Amino acid sequence: MNKVDELLLEEIVGKDLKKADALNIRKNGESIERKVSPFINIVPKKDKNGIDVFVKDDVKFGIIHIPVIITESGLTDIVYNDFYIGKNSNVIIMAGCGIHNDLHKDSEHDGIHRFFLSENSKVQYVEKHYGEGLGSGKRILNPTTEVYMKSGSLMKMDTLQIKGVDDTIRITKAELAENTTLVVNEKILTNKAQKAYTKFIVELNGENSSVNLTSRSVATEDSYQEFKSDIIGNTKCYAHVECDGILKDKGCIKAIPQIYAKNIDANLIHEAAIGKIAGEQLLKLMSLGLSEKKAEEAIIQGFLK
Amino acid sequence: MIELKNVSFTRDNKKIIDNINLQLDDKKFYCLTGPNGSGKSTLAKLIVGIEKPDSGNIYLNGIDITNKTIDERANMGIGFAFQQPVRFKGITVFDLLKFAVNKNISRHDACNYLSKVGLCALEYVDREVNNSLSGGELKRIEIATVIARNPSVAIFDEPEAGIDLWSFQNLNNVFKKLDSINKGVTLVISHQEKILEIADEIILLEKGKVTKIGKKDSILNTLFPNSKCCQKVKYE
Repeated sequence: MNKVDELLLEEIVGKDLKKADALNIRKNGESIERKVSPFINIVPKKDKNGIDVFVKDDVKFGIIHIPVIITESGLTDIVYNDFYIGKNSNVIIMAGCGIHNDLHKDSEHDGIHRFFLSENSKVQYVEKHYGEGLGSGKRILNPTTEVYMKSGSLMKMDTLQIKGVDDTIRITKAELAENTTLVVNEKILTNKAQKAYTKFIVELNGENSSVNLTSRSVATEDSYQEFKSDIIGNTKCYAHVECDGILKDKGCIKAIPQIYAKNIDANLIHEAAIGKIAGEQLLKLMSLGLSEKKAEEAIIQGFLK
Repeated sequence: MIELKNVSFTRDNKKIIDNINLQLDDKKFYCLTGPNGSGKSTLAKLIVGIEKPDSGNIYLNGIDITNKTIDERANMGIGFAFQQPVRFKGITVFDLLKFAVNKNISRHDACNYLSKVGLCALEYVDREVNNSLSGGELKRIEIATVIARNPSVAIFDEPEAGIDLWSFQNLNNVFKKLDSINKGVTLVISHQEKILEIADEIILLEKGKVTKIGKKDSILNTLFPNSKCCQKVKYE
């Protein structure tokens, strides 16, 4: 790994890489480093690009890092990663992709992640997407996440796309069995002429399943963002979808939240609010001594925290 | 010291502030009172810089601040607690106090400011300043942000509005202490007799004009002439 690789990795997973119990670093379409533990195994797929991650039953706590870095301009990397989480196990999975593109060809990473959560397992999934480089070639990231949750399981997803990604289509699908909870916090900031599409399809199939989905987006300059959610309540269940957007400059945000209750006991809520930064928020921070520009930055930083 | 000279402010053909001349001295607790729509909040906003006067000038310790922005005035020492505290998404109480102090403070420091307004600090410091906080909690946090700035001019716009009676009693204690903490000008907009009672001077604003100003003892009797009469009727 060279300096660019190290800095890219630091952007997406921080400095905690060494704390991982299991690890797989992928660079320009190939695994360059792997670490496994007696409880967490990582096996490369034989029929296509990607890995299978196996977490045994009753693993009290484990940290898994699977970062991807792309520094080769013009590369399209499609990867299929599957995660099998054993019964009663509790893991943190840190994923993400950093693209450094200094040339004119487009660089693209499409990560298809599937999570199979066994009974009473818990997963915290953190995904950060980041792009940099001076080239005119686009930095494109299209993550697809599928989550299959068995009875009593919990999945918490935090996804963040803050900087430098030109085009993204994010698709998240989940199927929830009884007594399961899915919590999603998505944060996206776009600038220049960037485009970001995000879509959630969640089926609440088991009694007392619940989903809490929060999407916060900031569209600045000439960028465009589109949020779609399709939540289906098939039984006694609860869903709360909140889509908040802040607009700056000529940024545009379209939100299409859809909820479909198919059962008398399904309780589904959606809220969507898009607009510029509230004037009173600026006034309050300015009354604390922040300049208008600093106040605006603080509000956006807080919003995406 | 704050001084307003010939300050007027008109909106929608209505004179909201009508040629006000007013001097507020250091080490004094002023209570600004008057009927709804008399221009109290507008007067505060003119001093803070949220509104600009159509004519006249505002001076802070002899310096003309009429054309200064809100943040410039804040950095010169003017603090303002909004009547309706602003809510944020993602910004925590700790963040807000850090902005107020304008340096990296410890959680311990932040907790001290919250304790001053009677909040059990550890429960609040990491909470977002959003709808999950009650009106009374937000009001106290708002006041804490002003105390944290240690302003030479502290202005509070109806700090008791929306606060329950139990909290109000505590809030009053906060102001009693604040008077001693703040060695500059303290200006509280209020209708509450309890707050008026702790003021050094009371300013009565009616239809955009200062109609009375003076020591609380001389003004209070004229403000509530019917209070005994009302009690009499009640008991009779």
